[in-house]
Amino acid sequence: MVERTPILNFVTHVILFLGFLMAVAPFVIVAIASSHNLKDVNDVPMSLLPGSDFWLNIKTAWTTADLGPKLLNSFIMATGVAAGKVIISALTAFSIVYFRYPGRTFIFWLIFITLMLPLEVRIVPTYAVVANVLSPYQTILDLTGLSWLIEKVSGVQVSLSLGLLNSYSGLILPLIATATGTFLYRQFFLTVPDELTEAARMDGAGALRFFIDVLLPLSRTNMAALGTIMFLYAWNQYLWPLLITTDQSHATAVTELKQLIPNVGGIPEWNIAMAGTLIVMLPPLIVIVAMQRWFVRGLIATEK
Amino acid sequence: MEKRVTFSSWTIGILFAVPQLLLIFTFFYWPAGQAVYWSLTLQQPWGGGNIWVGLDNFRSILSNADYWNSITASLVFAGISTGLAMFIALVLAALTDRQLAGSRFYRVVLIWPYGIAAPALAMAFRFILAPEAGFMAVVNQVWPGFWDPGLNGADAMASIIAAFSWKYIGYNFIFFLAAFQAIPRSLIEAAAMDGSGVVRRFWDIQFPLITPTIFFLLVINITESFQDSFGIVDIMTSGGPANATNLMVYKIYSDGFKGLDYSGAAAQSIILMVLIVVLTIFQFRFIERRVHYR
Repeated sequence: MVERTPILNFVTHVILFLGFLMAVAPFVIVAIASSHNLKDVNDVPMSLLPGSDFWLNIKTAWTTADLGPKLLNSFIMATGVAAGKVIISALTAFSIVYFRYPGRTFIFWLIFITLMLPLEVRIVPTYAVVANVLSPYQTILDLTGLSWLIEKVSGVQVSLSLGLLNSYSGLILPLIATATGTFLYRQFFLTVPDELTEAARMDGAGALRFFIDVLLPLSRTNMAALGTIMFLYAWNQYLWPLLITTDQSHATAVTELKQLIPNVGGIPEWNIAMAGTLIVMLPPLIVIVAMQRWFVRGLIATEK
Repeated sequence: MEKRVTFSSWTIGILFAVPQLLLIFTFFYWPAGQAVYWSLTLQQPWGGGNIWVGLDNFRSILSNADYWNSITASLVFAGISTGLAMFIALVLAALTDRQLAGSRFYRVVLIWPYGIAAPALAMAFRFILAPEAGFMAVVNQVWPGFWDPGLNGADAMASIIAAFSWKYIGYNFIFFLAAFQAIPRSLIEAAAMDGSGVVRRFWDIQFPLITPTIFFLLVINITESFQDSFGIVDIMTSGGPANATNLMVYKIYSDGFKGLDYSGAAAQSIILMVLIVVLTIFQFRFIERRVHYR
């Protein structure tokens, strides 16, 4: 920049290059290991020249862990979370910013607090709720005596039950129930000039029309950023899908990876394991490379 | 900060908030309340509801050596991996910000690790650090028995720290670089005109200006080390050997779902929640200073 510092520049290049090696090495090693055959992958030291069994290993990993349907599940889940987040957060932020109904501040804080406790720390009770999503409402009815009243009046015994274990909604909904996106939109809506709202109202637009025709098109950047972050976040979920997909048909690719760990004392099929890892790593990596700008912007804006 | 111009129809406003409120009630507030309730009661083994036991669950957990072991392991893990990930990311971001040739390239590549699922990178590191194949095996050939995460608790801890730090270097790098780039160029050029060198400028101008980011990342890294570590622990060590890597979230999971001790797991969740809330409140104080609306 402003001065000549050849030694420091050299050191900078060396350190950055080391950092680059550190960031890329695991990817490269995984890729190379997945191209070896069983003997070569267990060689000490493993050869860094790619072997010839790449497609064979990919195919074996694909069938062993049944990755086709699992990747589809991951994809449905990640898209669902991203889309749900983008839509629901926009609605909520609009409601919080552009209306003055009583209790608005309370609702704001109610949502704000959800930022604090991630799903992982309240995992056990959330699991119980998902096993029967209507159980909170059943309990409320029971406690308030309403179910007793309904039973007396109509003779119908109230027992609400809707299990979401092993379902896409069970995978998706709890991951949407946080406030990250709402605050991204809120901060953006607050920067939208009031004159725009006034002009829209002058032209006779109601709240709905303003939201759809003015605010949403303006927030496209936010949507892309939030969508990218949430897609990656959901794709990379592990504990939650592991818990609620007791049935193989709804398992995701990331949870299936566990199937590929070589057993202690078994055949050390690291080449297959690494091929599976490569397949699972690839989609988020592609998303990051393709959506880099939105990804960085979204991360910094949501501070997540 | 409030909007001057608003819409008068309350119904639309309230309706728009309903989906989010339903979701957070069902999947956030109810479970959180449930956790408090469970932590204060004990499920009777033959069914038939919970009996009130007050703080007994907390007492039995806090007097359990396994739990303290888990807390120690979590703190060691959080401390070392946060330190490593933040220090390396800070150095790389500061150097990338010098904008020498190639810095654009580093800006792209160095954030890749953050996109990878914890279990997938755990798998990669499990192979790379495996004692009998991969790369630590080379070391083991020279000094037999030097490295075995399957038997040695310290080695296992080192492996999960390596995997976690690798991912969060990418994350911290993004934030540090953004913070460095937000510093006005003119400030640094003026300092250079006054004759201060690169290192001097870093300590006297750049470093003080990014302290809010450092505090922010410190808190985020610690809270993430509690949550995001689950996948890494489950794939790489399963909490072993001899509970050396049985971090708090992993213990909640194994007590709750494998040991079916809901009350104990709920009490542990509450303790973890309190810990994270305290950290978050601490963090909001620093964030508040940083957020500006135009």
